[in-house]
Amino acid sequence: MYENKRVKLTIFLMLTALIMLFPLMMTITNSFMSNEEILSSYKTLSNESQKEDKSNFFSIKLIPENISIRQYYETLIAKHKFLRMFWNSVFLVTPIVAIQVLISSMAAFVFSKIKFKGRDILFFTYIVIMLMPFQVTLVPNYIVLDKLGLINNYLAIIFPGAFGAFGVFLLRQFMITIPNEYIEAAMVDGCSLIKIFFKVILPLSKGGIASLAILSFIDNWNMVEQPLIFLNDINKYPLSIYLSKINNMEIGIAFAASVIYMIPMILMFLYGENYLIDGISHSGIKR
Amino acid sequence: MQLKIKRGEKLSILLFLAPSLIGLLVFYIIPFGGMIFYSFFDSPINGSFVGFKNYIELLNNKIYRQAVYNTVIFTGISVPLIIVISLILAILLNKKVYFKHKLRTSFVVPLVVPVASIILFFELFFDSNGFINYLISKLGLTTIDWMNSNWAMVVVIILYIWKNVGYNIILFLAGLQNIPKEYYEAADIDGAGVLDKFFNITIIYLIPTMFFVLIISIINSFKVFKELYLLAGDYPHQSIYMLQHFMNNMFRKLDYHKLVTSAILMAIVVYLLVFILFRLQRRINDYIGG
Repeated sequence: MYENKRVKLTIFLMLTALIMLFPLMMTITNSFMSNEEILSSYKTLSNESQKEDKSNFFSIKLIPENISIRQYYETLIAKHKFLRMFWNSVFLVTPIVAIQVLISSMAAFVFSKIKFKGRDILFFTYIVIMLMPFQVTLVPNYIVLDKLGLINNYLAIIFPGAFGAFGVFLLRQFMITIPNEYIEAAMVDGCSLIKIFFKVILPLSKGGIASLAILSFIDNWNMVEQPLIFLNDINKYPLSIYLSKINNMEIGIAFAASVIYMIPMILMFLYGENYLIDGISHSGIKR
Repeated sequence: MQLKIKRGEKLSILLFLAPSLIGLLVFYIIPFGGMIFYSFFDSPINGSFVGFKNYIELLNNKIYRQAVYNTVIFTGISVPLIIVISLILAILLNKKVYFKHKLRTSFVVPLVVPVASIILFFELFFDSNGFINYLISKLGLTTIDWMNSNWAMVVVIILYIWKNVGYNIILFLAGLQNIPKEYYEAADIDGAGVLDKFFNITIIYLIPTMFFVLIISIINSFKVFKELYLLAGDYPHQSIYMLQHFMNNMFRKLDYHKLVTSAILMAIVVYLLVFILFRLQRRINDYIGG
């Protein structure tokens, strides 16, 4: 009886999970289709004149007729533009994550463990800034970056990203669970705050730092608005922007390009799934 | 419990806080103040004071009103919907099922997959000659031009739920696991039914989580713009023309006034929303706790 219910429930959840995974699966399998097969299947997508024919549906296929990896070759080797944009993404995202982790962990230490006047109001300000949509912070960002002469410079994206409030919020939620006894013991031993930070807090916050790094990497690897606004030079655009343009122009290689683009994310997810889930769970804990 | 800090250490506290605080002040807080100041002038350079004129002009702008309306409709529908769906899925995942871990993973994956790489799929799926319309025509019904009609809102809601349901599920699962099992056991002894237990135990103890899920869902509903932009560009069908489209386009057009005033109004709304939710949460917590 119970066993039966358990099986039914599992099947229901598996079907729902399948829907969730379907877009990903289709993108991956279609990436192995040859240029010609994709063009013949989805030709109407980029061709307005054929759209008039309402009965001319795409034949969406999950399994390619012939497995081809030429599109991968074309994307990675023949189009050096693609690789350059891949590296653009890496050069943009890595400094943001690194600086954010360093700065946030320092501030989060103070917010989680040390009482000072105005702390709660200050932290509330962090939360409010964290929650503002990009378009709201865009103007303040732009004013400053323009004054500093950083428009069209990667720093225009790196600075606002690295100084965002999210990292402080997330790490504070982690550090608040570190027992005070550890810190008190270190203080009795005569350690300075700086020493406590490096010898006690940082080692005990490894999980939090890992989850911040992953969440921040995901968020920034995905960036769309910032490059469009802060960079004028198309050659500096990261891959996220390139992919949004490739879809209509070179649909034959778009799936392969998409898969290459998501590989770093998927690898990071496989390696750090538990950190990611831990990080999200902690962000929801009150206080 | 907070630590007692020696007088000599006050300086190092400042040292720890300074990098983050200076960055926040320079890139967010100070320019935001400047933005508010200049929103009362007719020009940012050598302008004269015009009071609320810029705000009144914005509020009378038809396109702005449409964008506000769409944003409110989208958030108003999609946020309750995603909360209900993710709560149901979290409760089911919290029961005894096979492959629990694998199943949870599948719900989290969309969170990680970069939008740009999945948008092509959604284009093919909802195109007027796409997969959904193929199924509809097989059933003998009239096909729908998804992205170029009022149905576009449905597509955006589906995209939003697909992308963000995993985040909420993790939050709810963490909340569910914090409810002591004894409560349910005690209720069983009292002969409580399934619904009794759901409303009197599960929902009550999930309230703190619920607040956070609500805030995160609202914020993520603003973030759907990224997906929307990739899917439909600067000028999508008017039913899904959101505030973010409006602000982005005002930026392109260099319409400083409309951009700044709408940014300030949106900031005020977000601030009030968070403030009220935090207050409400504290009230309810005191009520439950005491």
